[in-house]
Amino acid sequence: MPFKHRLAHALMRATAGAFFLSATSVATLAQTTILNVSYDVSRELYKEINPAFVADWKAKTGETVTVNQSHGGSSKQALSVIAGLDGDVITMNQPPDIDILAERGGLVAADWRTRFPHDASPYTTTSVFLVRKGNPKGIKDWDDLVKPGLKVIVPNPKTSGNGRYTYLAAWGYALDRTKSEAAARDFVTRLFANVPVLDGGGRGATTTFTQRGVGDALVTFENEAIAIGVELGSEKFDIVYPSLSIEAAAPVAVIDKVVDKRGSRTVATAYLEFLFSPAAQEIIARHAFRPRDETVLQKFAGRFPAIRTFNVERTLGSWAEVNRKHFADGGIYEQISVSKR
Amino acid sequence: MAKVRAHRVLPGFGLSLGYTLAYLSLIVLIPLAAVFIRSTELSFDSFWEIASARIGDLPLPERTDGRRNFWEIVTSPAVMASYRLSFGASLLAGAINMVFGFLLAWSLVRYSFPGKRIVDAMVDLPFALPTAVAGIALTALYAENGWLGQYLEPLGIKVAFTPLGVLVALVFIGLPFVVRTVQPVLEDLDTELEEAAASLGAGRWQTMWRVVLPTLIPALLTGFALAFARAVGEYGSVIFIAGNIPLVSEIAPLIIITKLEQYDYAGATAVAVVMLVVSFLVLLVINGLQSWSDRRSAKGV
Repeated sequence: MPFKHRLAHALMRATAGAFFLSATSVATLAQTTILNVSYDVSRELYKEINPAFVADWKAKTGETVTVNQSHGGSSKQALSVIAGLDGDVITMNQPPDIDILAERGGLVAADWRTRFPHDASPYTTTSVFLVRKGNPKGIKDWDDLVKPGLKVIVPNPKTSGNGRYTYLAAWGYALDRTKSEAAARDFVTRLFANVPVLDGGGRGATTTFTQRGVGDALVTFENEAIAIGVELGSEKFDIVYPSLSIEAAAPVAVIDKVVDKRGSRTVATAYLEFLFSPAAQEIIARHAFRPRDETVLQKFAGRFPAIRTFNVERTLGSWAEVNRKHFADGGIYEQISVSKR
Repeated sequence: MAKVRAHRVLPGFGLSLGYTLAYLSLIVLIPLAAVFIRSTELSFDSFWEIASARIGDLPLPERTDGRRNFWEIVTSPAVMASYRLSFGASLLAGAINMVFGFLLAWSLVRYSFPGKRIVDAMVDLPFALPTAVAGIALTALYAENGWLGQYLEPLGIKVAFTPLGVLVALVFIGLPFVVRTVQPVLEDLDTELEEAAASLGAGRWQTMWRVVLPTLIPALLTGFALAFARAVGEYGSVIFIAGNIPLVSEIAPLIIITKLEQYDYAGATAVAVVMLVVSFLVLLVINGLQSWSDRRSAKGV
């Protein structure tokens, strides 16, 4: 019995201590630390943006702020926030991953798109083709990717934003050409019939195409294609810009419920506003994302050739509709995967 | 009113039973229960849908939120194909491991050869390696331009990005189970038994079939069951080598992940519940086989 008591006391002391510690750490850090919950590919970008913001904030207010970052698959990150991860801001690569925070538990205001310029997206990228050096198969546009016998590597539209944008880019291109949904459906059917491997994410598709040597073309984000050129040498691959592609804007939002609880709204908002400043836009451009700032875009014009793009929400309807129509259970994407076999 | 308490040889039965139950609940039962509860959200819907359709004799009402009922989800062509692949490849991988794991265990126990200890240690490597690393390594090996793939390709054998690749990965991760379950039993198996069989006139094959294997069957089945169970749930290593083409090389755990990626919790758990039930049934059958073989060998003696 005495042993049991001692054990209980020790446990109680330990728990109380832990509570005390966590309470004090929240209290002392509340104003000075913010957490940016983001997707996988933006890790390097924010590693460079965060110190720039910290310096900027120090110069403006004299306060020292720490910005922590958390990266992972975008929907896993969103689910973590829903489950209680205390992120102050969320920076994603497609709007549905922020919409879900508004839908489930009202963590973010439903009108988050209006809180910052350009539908609350500080940068964009677009889907482009990466082909083997010299373009041996003569791939110029989407039409060339659906030719029989060609092998195209695309990330899985069911698991990655990158793959979803690729699918929608092809759909939008065919729709623009033919003005017929039936023709667009036939077009994406033929495109995905040419896909021998569906990797879970953009990086996986890059590995399959560049390291495993599978496929004649890789369809991926422009920033990924540029990064491949930088890392693996531009003498191995060429980037091909199709005549029409998709605008993949990266949305950002303040997580209202968390900043109100932690009292960090001012600095969280300033952090996201900073992303639109010329200084941050330059960093963004250096990381191969297309900046919103026209002057910065002009400065990096050699890196970002002009390309005609369309916007999902303005051309195809709201993301909720698009997801329901194309990617949900029994949606068009699933139907074409069944019909092509 | 002095009660005579039954004394057990080992003290602390109450404590250890309580501990076992609490631990099992916390680690296994509560999470599994959560899976079932999640999926019942859905099956109630489907129950309602079916019931209401019967009453009004109308076609099933179209759901506006894009969710569909349990049965529709788990029997859709893509999901059914993934079950066939996951369970088929796992059973096959378990069987392959049972045969070759036994041979490996036999060599390790009965023979001594240079480097035996190293081989023995290497058997556990598939356990220690992060599964993603295993997957990437196997893919690099079997891709068209890989060390092995480049020789298999001209023969028309494609391993990476096909269902065969799934099998290769599952065999790889399941190997240690059979070896490690058979090894200790084999070590305890007296060679005198075999000598006795030989002196009574049994041939080599007869000794193997009638003396050695019956003793090993429970261990072999345990190893098979473990390798199978591990393979059914395996995700990390398979995902790199499978190719993940719907209806061809999508494993069931990938279907679950794709549903989660689309915030379809209920759909994901529906697929998971079916996996759970089928796995449980398979393991139950294996357990039954074990006790059957126990009874049979007991009778034989």
